[in-house]
Amino acid sequence: MAVKNLLEAVRETLHDALARDERVFIMGEDVGPRGNVFLITKDFIEEFGHDRVLDTPLAEASIVGVAVGAAMAGMRPIAEIQFADFIYPAYNQIVGEAAKMRYRTAGGNTCPLVIRTPYGGGVGGALSHSVSIEALFYHVPGLKILAPSTPADAKGLLNTAINDDDPVLFLEHKKTYRLIKGEVPPGDYQIPMGKADIARPGSDLTVITYGLMRHFAVQAADELFKDGIDVEVVDLRSIRPMDRETIVKSATKTRRVLIVHEDNKFGGVGAEVSAIIAEEALFELDAPIRRLCGPDVPAMGYSKAYEEAFMPSPARIATAMRDLAAY
Amino acid sequence: MPQLGETVTEGTVGRWLKKPGDQVAKYEPLLEVETDKVASEIPSPFGGTLTSISVEEGQTVPVGAVVCEIAESGVAAPSKTATPAASAEAPSRAPVQTAAPLGFSGATSRTGDGNGVRYSPAVRKLAREHQIDLSGVSGTGRGGRVTANDVSAALKGLPSAPAVARSSPGAPTSAATPVPRQAHAPVEAHAGDEDTVIRLSQMRKTIAERMLQAVSTIPHAWCMMEADVTELSRWRDREKAAFKAREGVNLTYLPIVVQAVCRAIKENPIVNSAWGGDHIIQRKHINVGIAIDVEEGLIVPVVRDADRLSLAGLAQSIAELVEKARRRRLTMAELADGTITVDNTGALGNIASVPIINPPQAAIITMEAVVKRPWVVNDAIAIRSIMNLCLCLDHRVLDGAVASRFLTAVKKGLENYANA
Amino acid sequence: MKSEPSVRETLPEGLTPDRLREMYYCMILTRTCDDRGFALNRQGKIPFAATCQGHEAIQVAAAFALRKGTDWLVPYYRDTCMALSFGVTPREQLMCLFARKDDIFSSGRQFPNHYSVPDRNIASISSIIAAHVTHAVGMALAHKMRKEDSVVLTSFGEGSTSEGEWHEAMNFAGIHKLPVVFLCENNEFAISVPQKMQMAVKNVADRASAYGMPGVICDGTDPIASYTTVREAVERARAGGGPTLVEAKCYRAMSHTSDDNQLQYRTADEIEASKKRDPVPRFEAWLTDRGYIDAAGILDMKARAQHEVDEATDWAEHQPMPSEEDLYTHVYAEGPLS
Repeated sequence: MAVKNLLEAVRETLHDALARDERVFIMGEDVGPRGNVFLITKDFIEEFGHDRVLDTPLAEASIVGVAVGAAMAGMRPIAEIQFADFIYPAYNQIVGEAAKMRYRTAGGNTCPLVIRTPYGGGVGGALSHSVSIEALFYHVPGLKILAPSTPADAKGLLNTAINDDDPVLFLEHKKTYRLIKGEVPPGDYQIPMGKADIARPGSDLTVITYGLMRHFAVQAADELFKDGIDVEVVDLRSIRPMDRETIVKSATKTRRVLIVHEDNKFGGVGAEVSAIIAEEALFELDAPIRRLCGPDVPAMGYSKAYEEAFMPSPARIATAMRDLAAY
Repeated sequence: MPQLGETVTEGTVGRWLKKPGDQVAKYEPLLEVETDKVASEIPSPFGGTLTSISVEEGQTVPVGAVVCEIAESGVAAPSKTATPAASAEAPSRAPVQTAAPLGFSGATSRTGDGNGVRYSPAVRKLAREHQIDLSGVSGTGRGGRVTANDVSAALKGLPSAPAVARSSPGAPTSAATPVPRQAHAPVEAHAGDEDTVIRLSQMRKTIAERMLQAVSTIPHAWCMMEADVTELSRWRDREKAAFKAREGVNLTYLPIVVQAVCRAIKENPIVNSAWGGDHIIQRKHINVGIAIDVEEGLIVPVVRDADRLSLAGLAQSIAELVEKARRRRLTMAELADGTITVDNTGALGNIASVPIINPPQAAIITMEAVVKRPWVVNDAIAIRSIMNLCLCLDHRVLDGAVASRFLTAVKKGLENYANA
Repeated sequence: MKSEPSVRETLPEGLTPDRLREMYYCMILTRTCDDRGFALNRQGKIPFAATCQGHEAIQVAAAFALRKGTDWLVPYYRDTCMALSFGVTPREQLMCLFARKDDIFSSGRQFPNHYSVPDRNIASISSIIAAHVTHAVGMALAHKMRKEDSVVLTSFGEGSTSEGEWHEAMNFAGIHKLPVVFLCENNEFAISVPQKMQMAVKNVADRASAYGMPGVICDGTDPIASYTTVREAVERARAGGGPTLVEAKCYRAMSHTSDDNQLQYRTADEIEASKKRDPVPRFEAWLTDRGYIDAAGILDMKARAQHEVDEATDWAEHQPMPSEEDLYTHVYAEGPLS
């Protein structure tokens, strides 16, 4: 099986989707001749033409708004927002329009739209190239939010997103683009939304996470295993819909839960996971639910000191795991 | 010891880079210090001669403690010290955990309140499902907390060790065996370098004195019986939810046993007595002392006229006393005038205990853990729930026959409880 | 009142006497519906009503300038006449006013006049001003990619042209020469804010050149002039000539909606004066003068419109309301809500 990094997996998936379905097209800034600022759509324009790999003006609201219109008219646009930090002008179109399109027309109009964007830190991106945005969107009924962390998951989930008849926000952690490599099965397989992945099965405590933190958590878990602590790592990979069943099952099995996400702690995805566990597995818990998250500051600063202080590291995760195991 | 980091409160000396007698320049690296974040070389704040080191490599001291002395060159005073030294005694860190190692000697309070930490939902659920009295399960979690694993372990491998903390080991037979004690000159141990010295609380001092008095002045005898509480257990299972809903307190075995003890006393009033020197005082009121573990030790508040209370009344009174004990709100009146003591050693997991009598009482009864055993019933093997009952008696006041009659009455009272 | 014919006697391309009469009927049907909406609101039967009084000419003209079944409409919430002229029925209009479960636009979920009938080529809109304009552009993009013949017409008030997204939409359409017509129905007020507080330019059409397209002005109270202007823009788009910004000057006779009281910001005299521009009696006079219709015909049409609206009202009022279960449908194609 081919080993690819996450970027290559996304590229391959987009390429095959364009080839397979003439309704699919990509629009965003610099996606054409430049091939995207990470080279994800490199050479696509040569193969598919400028209609299907469309450079847009520097205007995020209309990148999504025009894509919404095209989706309403039966196309399957894949809109790209160059960095998640730039998505805010498009919030009106994503939340006010795309998310509600099916509901407000009682199914008359649909919006089969994918919005792809790179998020997350660890690349020296500073205040406006490092944020996590899932908490701003996963709250919204009508949207679907995906955050794969492995190349194989990226391909499978992106295929599902492209084929889904509802608007999907597809989040790609930019640090994982090149850092994370893995086997990617061939073909146009789809991974269903709303299904978490057990990245590492275990019995002593559960870590629930997603994105880059999945890899850090597995690394920390492997360390702890040497000391006889067996950690189960659950990678949500689908934020909305969320895999309640796996969350509750794992919490019930190990009775101790640590939630790890890079995004700010207050009001982050971990809060919802905690609520789910409290609602459905309270009497299985042997310890309070813990969250190890990014601090509640607006973003990680440019200086490496800020970035390192902000992002949970394998060492910090290991410490939190040990602490919970000893509770 | 410098503060290396905002949240750091202590530091460990890693390596001394200079030894006493060495010259050291200002800012020259003097020692290495480790905190949980970082290991750092500390530059000397003064130039001069290192005269003495007061913290050895590997020792941990609080921030601000003196680590060494330097005779500053060009200064008359022989040494300059940092901020006031920490205690020159062996470093004590609060709080010293006396938490039990794996096993069943508990620093945990019976009432589930070891070190102020509550039982987790999982622990409560397991306890409910398997009818375990949590006060008998000791904890291996942080601060002595009972974890779900501890409860699971309690289910599987029940305690085989007889009572550990409560008394000196006697022969665990079911015959009344006098265990005479003699007063000797007290033997005191000395602490080694690696040992931890724990200061005595007032309560601990008091307990120590009373225990010594009890064993040295009262001739203890001991006997044990087995009660088949299967029917009682089933009755309790059926009743406990409604009881809880009605009365607001849990229906544990303790009030049931207290009730049986009271009835047995009615039939054998001599048990409710005290040694008066040259006479025996048979008490009128039945004031049952309930032994309760608190963080610092043991306390025995009294349910007055326990024979006049209904089961619900007993359960409520006991719950109130436990609560007050936990919150350190017991009054002297509540601790006085006990005539007999009931000790729920079963909550610790014991199946046999040799308790120490509470002077000036003449008897103390323990109720042990309810254990399912293969049992002979009508010449066939059945699985029955068995609770052992142990009795220590003041052999000046009581002897074997009356003790056994009394204990038999308690046993029968429990065995027939559901039919009463 | 005699109207001044503002175009030549030969009818513009695509208009016949029958079509003229149809246009007139649409206008009076709309007026009747609008009046009914306000009446129901004042009776306490519906919470909310908005009229297009003053806009009827440009709206009926735009609808008739489009090719039904091929072209698409992405209107705004004041386009009642445009919708009724483009295939929406009085029953459907009343159903949305009454917010009944079987309301065809949104099953009672949206405010009134938020039209959406995909199989009659009317796209969905929300209450967010100008959010639909980029959608119109996106639809035109799709049509162009698929090399289809259809033109998209999107309409909005002059207030919409302040929104950033409106400018982004214009820009995008201009760059790619998309087959879309931007129709601004300028009634001079965005709720209470007058045009001079809304923009620095005198005409909305003045903005067009910034986005690489022609900007034209017409009298939005004259159905013939409006028709000619819009049709030209539509056919330019169809032929690949790119987008046009049409500004139809009209007026708003009533308050913004039933929740507004325009006497707070307009004088009674000014409102009365603007009503003299009422397009319905003016078109009636124009048609009568040229012999396209007579008095009996007018009475007959008015009676017919009244009957249609009465029937629609009675019917719609008795349709079922949505149930609690209906709350949860159509969030996603399938799957759990979260």
